[in-house]
Amino acid sequence: MQLTIEFGGGLELLCDSVKIHNINVDPQDGEKQGSIDIISSFFNQLTLKNLLSWVRTNVIKERPEMFMKGDSVRPGVLVLVNDADWELSGQLDTVLEEKDNVVFISTLHGG
Amino acid sequence: MDSNSVEATRIRQEIDSLKSKKLNIEQQISSLEAQLHQLELNSNTASSLSNGNLGNSNGLSPDMIYRYSRHLLLPSFGVQGQANLLKSSVLVIGAGGLGSPALLYLAACGVGRIGIVDHDIVELNNLQRQIIHTEAYIGKSKVESAADACRSINSSTQIVEHKEAFRTSNALEIVSKYDVVVDATDNAPSRYMINDCCVVLGKPLVSGAALGLEGQLTVYNYNGGPCYRCLFPTPPPTNACQRCADSGVLGVVPGVIGCLQALEAIKVASLVGEPLSGRMLLLDAVSGRFRNVKLRGRSLQCEACGDHAVLTRQTFLDFDYEKFTQTPLSPGPLKLNLLSVDARISSTEYSEKVTEGETHVLVDVRPAHHYKIVSLPNSINIPLSTLEDRLPEISASLEKEAKKDSLDSGSSASLFVICRRGNDSQRAVELLHKLGFSSAKDIIGGLESWAHNVDPKFPTY
Repeated sequence: MQLTIEFGGGLELLCDSVKIHNINVDPQDGEKQGSIDIISSFFNQLTLKNLLSWVRTNVIKERPEMFMKGDSVRPGVLVLVNDADWELSGQLDTVLEEKDNVVFISTLHGG
Repeated sequence: MDSNSVEATRIRQEIDSLKSKKLNIEQQISSLEAQLHQLELNSNTASSLSNGNLGNSNGLSPDMIYRYSRHLLLPSFGVQGQANLLKSSVLVIGAGGLGSPALLYLAACGVGRIGIVDHDIVELNNLQRQIIHTEAYIGKSKVESAADACRSINSSTQIVEHKEAFRTSNALEIVSKYDVVVDATDNAPSRYMINDCCVVLGKPLVSGAALGLEGQLTVYNYNGGPCYRCLFPTPPPTNACQRCADSGVLGVVPGVIGCLQALEAIKVASLVGEPLSGRMLLLDAVSGRFRNVKLRGRSLQCEACGDHAVLTRQTFLDFDYEKFTQTPLSPGPLKLNLLSVDARISSTEYSEKVTEGETHVLVDVRPAHHYKIVSLPNSINIPLSTLEDRLPEISASLEKEAKKDSLDSGSSASLFVICRRGNDSQRAVELLHKLGFSSAKDIIGGLESWAHNVDPKFPTY
């Protein structure tokens, strides 16, 4: 599945300062745990939870704890799926589709 | 000292003295102008009343009609929008990179009353982005400087100076006097505190942030929309919060965001347009992209504004925002203390060693782009992040120095480590000790201490 993922607000520093990544993820690749993932893998679907663990393994180059906490993103990171807060699409259970755009952005405090 | 430099010093002193007199006179003029304007306003009202002829029923004086004519000509803004603005009050917290442009536009556009909160003073390294301040105000209060600038743009706007740090103890009293709040601060605890204060008092909050080449903007607690805590219920880890003083910021980036904050505040105050609530504008200045994203709605579980939230005036007063975010409200530079006394030397001690010609190697562990700004002579740059991989370089340098000074095979060159402020150098020395360089010592306070205690001409940044 072709996806575009983007990092901002400083998170790009965790992956060699590259902000935009065009990736190709096999839905089978994601780490599969819990009932929802069994169902999603049965339907050959990729959830954001799967994507997060894929990104952690394949894209993040350093300090993964600055990206994730447990199986979600760390506090202070907004996740946007096609320019909408992932809270609106089911958070970790959001099912991704071909050509989706996922943005991980750290909140800024400077001024 | 030769006669030329004596003369130069005298001229500089004279310039400074004249500048300060000029500033003083300008302040007197602007204060008198404000008084005169008030008198004129009063007599205008009186005379038009005595004529029984207001000229127009919209309450705008001829001066105001002329001053704000371009607003009045906008069909979507017009007299009603301007009248609403003139009746409104906006509080800007922080007169820095965001607050500067926001205040200039808010003063110009005719907000009735503007409050400015800041406890800081103007410094030379602020002027690259904090465009409301000028060189003449270096060393003076930011609030005073910003207030003078606002008054000189628009003497008919009332400017209220709050020369104090924004804390839970004064927050409720200050914010309660305004209709709209602009968060132009630079740290996480202030952002949570301002949000909670606005939720308690039911004030819309225009929130902006900028760092490096990125900016973010949204309006919280507006018309049933989400608040800051709905989005970020848990504060980020402290090492995720970068500061402009460490990471840098291109001046125009907070400039753009600050202007947009003024725009949102004007929309909210004038009741015109669609404020950026439930949405966030993200600016990526490098690629020239704005992204407008849809945010979640108000969270029912939110600890500040949710259905079962326990936030009240009292809990707000008692809440420890520094503890909650593990970050001080006035973020001064971090001061680590990782090493024992015998693993550290002061900058003056190091200077003596250099003068005495002690055989040594000085490793500067700052990032390469910092090293390019300024460095001590004969130092070698090995950034902390690469230190472990580049130990052979240190060993080679130590050997080379020892050979150069033909030391006995038993003794070796000393190893000193320096950075900007003396934190990374301690981390580096800790690492070096672990990796076998047991004699490594850190220079306390880094290059800042060198500039402060040894060489006042050494540039700081």
